[in-house]
Amino acid sequence: MWEYCGHSLDVVRLRGATYADVRVIHQRQRDLSTKNGQVGTLGQSESLGLGIRVIVGGAWGFASTDALTREGVAACAAQAVAIAKASALAKKGDVRLAPETAYVDSWQSPFVKDPFEIPLDRQLELLLAADEAMRRVKGVTLTETGMQFRKVDTWFASSEGSKIHQRRVVSGCGIVATCFQGDAIQKRSYPNSFGGQYVLGGYEFIESLDLLKHAPRVGEQAVALHGAAQCPERTGTLILGASQLGLQIHESIGHPIELDRVLGQEANFAGTSFLTLDQLHRLRYASPIVNVVADARITHGPGLGAFAYDDEGVPAQRIDIIKAGEFCGYLSSRETAHLVGLPRSGGTVRAESWSRLPMIRMTNVSILPGPWTLENLIADTDEGFLMETNRSWSIDDRRYQFQFSTEIAWEIQGGQKTRMLKNPSYSGITTEFWNSCDAICNDDHWILWGTPNCGKGQPMQTMGTGHGASPVRFRNVKIGTAFSGG
Amino acid sequence: MNAGMTMRGTAAKQAQADGEALRDVQELRAIAATVLRLAKQRGVPETEVHVEEMVDALTRFANNAIHQNVAERGLTVSIRTVLEGRTARVTTNRVDEDALRAALEDSLALAASQPQDAQLLPLPGKQKYRVVQRFIPATAKLTAEERARAVKRACELAERTGQVAAGIFESGQSQTVLSNSRGLFAAYRQTQAEFSVTMQHDGAASWAKANAADVRAINPIALARTASEKAARARNPVEFDPGRYTVILEPAAVLDLAGYLFYDFAATAVEDQRSCFSGRLGKTLFGKNITITDDVYHPEQSGPPFDGEGLLRDRVVLVEQGVLRNLVYSRRSAKAARKKPTGHGFALPNEYGEAPVNLVIAGGNSSLAEMVRSTERGLLVTRLWYIREVDPYEKIMTGMTRDGLYLVEKGRIGGAARNFRFNQSVLEMLANVELLGAAHRASGEESMEMVVPPMKIRGFQFTEVTKF
Repeated sequence: MWEYCGHSLDVVRLRGATYADVRVIHQRQRDLSTKNGQVGTLGQSESLGLGIRVIVGGAWGFASTDALTREGVAACAAQAVAIAKASALAKKGDVRLAPETAYVDSWQSPFVKDPFEIPLDRQLELLLAADEAMRRVKGVTLTETGMQFRKVDTWFASSEGSKIHQRRVVSGCGIVATCFQGDAIQKRSYPNSFGGQYVLGGYEFIESLDLLKHAPRVGEQAVALHGAAQCPERTGTLILGASQLGLQIHESIGHPIELDRVLGQEANFAGTSFLTLDQLHRLRYASPIVNVVADARITHGPGLGAFAYDDEGVPAQRIDIIKAGEFCGYLSSRETAHLVGLPRSGGTVRAESWSRLPMIRMTNVSILPGPWTLENLIADTDEGFLMETNRSWSIDDRRYQFQFSTEIAWEIQGGQKTRMLKNPSYSGITTEFWNSCDAICNDDHWILWGTPNCGKGQPMQTMGTGHGASPVRFRNVKIGTAFSGG
Repeated sequence: MNAGMTMRGTAAKQAQADGEALRDVQELRAIAATVLRLAKQRGVPETEVHVEEMVDALTRFANNAIHQNVAERGLTVSIRTVLEGRTARVTTNRVDEDALRAALEDSLALAASQPQDAQLLPLPGKQKYRVVQRFIPATAKLTAEERARAVKRACELAERTGQVAAGIFESGQSQTVLSNSRGLFAAYRQTQAEFSVTMQHDGAASWAKANAADVRAINPIALARTASEKAARARNPVEFDPGRYTVILEPAAVLDLAGYLFYDFAATAVEDQRSCFSGRLGKTLFGKNITITDDVYHPEQSGPPFDGEGLLRDRVVLVEQGVLRNLVYSRRSAKAARKKPTGHGFALPNEYGEAPVNLVIAGGNSSLAEMVRSTERGLLVTRLWYIREVDPYEKIMTGMTRDGLYLVEKGRIGGAARNFRFNQSVLEMLANVELLGAAHRASGEESMEMVVPPMKIRGFQFTEVTKF
């Protein structure tokens, strides 16, 4: 692979590139799913190719190919140069990159059991058993389970001398029970909705989920929701479960801090951000107990946003985003770092595949744990709602106004978790919401959630991000608006 | 007959001159034939091969300059084997014989490792297709320089008007070959072009977008001008109270909301009782002015005239004058429901079955101008954003207005309004349509392209307002 990297860099140098980086990427993926006791999807795929990014005449060009021959790679490299020259026809100024050391390194994400080495019938057997355990619950009308595994090898080389090989292994799994009754559909998921939980790890993660233990409860709750009371519409106290808080962080902190979005580069599609450059170190983003970091280091945990080097060859870092409630950092790249006075990139640039341009992506954007146990937090709440497991999410294109709904909620009365509620939802304005946070649960409740499907960019790129979260309490939150129409 | 196999001669040579042409279809056919030969030698009972190729380029601009400019090409071979009621798919982008043999072996190993499925059908045999011609040489030949020059004109317009432009100009081509061991062979190729622009003005913004097989049907500077004029009118938005409003939805807003119904029309979704149409077939759900078909042959539609198993796509009337008449069926769901397959199945194996992907909502005699003239008080909506399902059976969707929300008063478009969040049942919405304009291909960001009209709708529910 290094030969393809070297050859393409030679070609673009000869054609006038002042900077170039190249990624050869080999991706392998396995997808399994079941539905109502039958195998649904059963497939495996691999993709190998090369993408090269160049600066010529102060402007960017990018081209990619799956023709991994000397001729194919040379043609791709020449095309990247030609595209950069076309870009220069409509440029404002020359691209400026923050300096970065050249690295020669190799890294592999930690895993114990390679999921591609586990016999497929064993994986299917587990899914089918979980599927059956949910179907045994009377009233369940649809059961679904799924696993996904990915193994991605990246060979990165730059015209500045970096040569970095990384291997990342991702495992994900989830189960869902649905109940259609009368004029309503209710569902419950485990360990999370929309595909489940994903980590940087091997098959040992799947085994740790204990699907068979949770499957009956998932089915029972899906049925029980039909008999539950409707979540009322009011302003009140809200405790979010850890996975829902992870998505809340993703949408109302992770996206607004992307510097390309702040600078208007996503204005036509993903949107911009309320976090304009004048807000840095000035905005009271959250209450003083809130601390949020973007941490790509594996020491933070096996999140989907962990790596050793980003796709610009910048080492993984931990960046303070919110410190004691104050907004203090963006996600940056080599191109954007200088715009916020940073001497180097924050190391957050990634590409979905060899055919996509690297861009700023969330790493692991996590809230740091507080002192509370969940039991004490509920006991400390006179009246409120505990909401768990996302059902829908939506936020405006500057990331102010959001609305989430969850699969299930429980009413809290007099410090006790009481009756189950169906169709829960809440909404708010980002900074008002985070400033109303008054309690964060401790490390025992903190989980690094994986979001495997974050979309951004044109052409669209799907990326995995991580969000460490524990249950958190918010005050004076609008509850139940999603169903207020009646 | 090979649908759409019309890219020959001059066009192909011109495209090749740019070094960005698709391979000749016979090359893809040869790859499929190699897989089928290897499978036969291996004694595989049934084998299906999809070979897909794409060549695409996209110029992206923001802050009145190009900031990303990319090109890609790729080819994948996807092999499905069937072994005594078991099937699995393996996909690779390596096409040498050893790689294809390895993929075939992997597919066999995956297939063999699962329980038998009594409902799995044998592969279909030879089929006949209608020709659809959607490969336009002018689109295939478009160069990075031509895209950059069009972008430059949009950026210059923005600078002249004190605005900031962002957007994309994309052009591409793709082809697919589907072949199986029972003699089925289908091939299709198409081009596509897209221009989309957002103009930002003093903290306000507006947007315009077009998508077509023929790049000559897209006028980038006209789209930029539309976005520019609407952005200027979007400044200084006034905050209004949430509530039920009469709305005039431009086609992109109709598309992005109504498009969320597409999977509900799948027979498998109804069978699984997760569709909002479960138990509602034959019932009057919408107004008499609503007729929805799935029609891949509509001149403004795109995509191949066959489905994931190679069956001919039928034109299906899904909703006729407000009554839910039909669903779409794959071979499997058709057998379960004792119906005829409609040619809308996804490639197997999958758990979702099928879906209509070429929706056409019939238009009416009105126009946006007439809708405005006839409105005493309402809101004109340019586009919607971040739409998600809140309630699957009542089909309540939430989302935001974006890039131009305008008050309409006494038959005239007035000033801008701050963006609203909506929580609106799509079923209720389509029962409350007062006027429809002419239907054309529309393009949004939340749903696939469809042919839809603009609509005037009463009682559309906004629940909250944002800060801009």
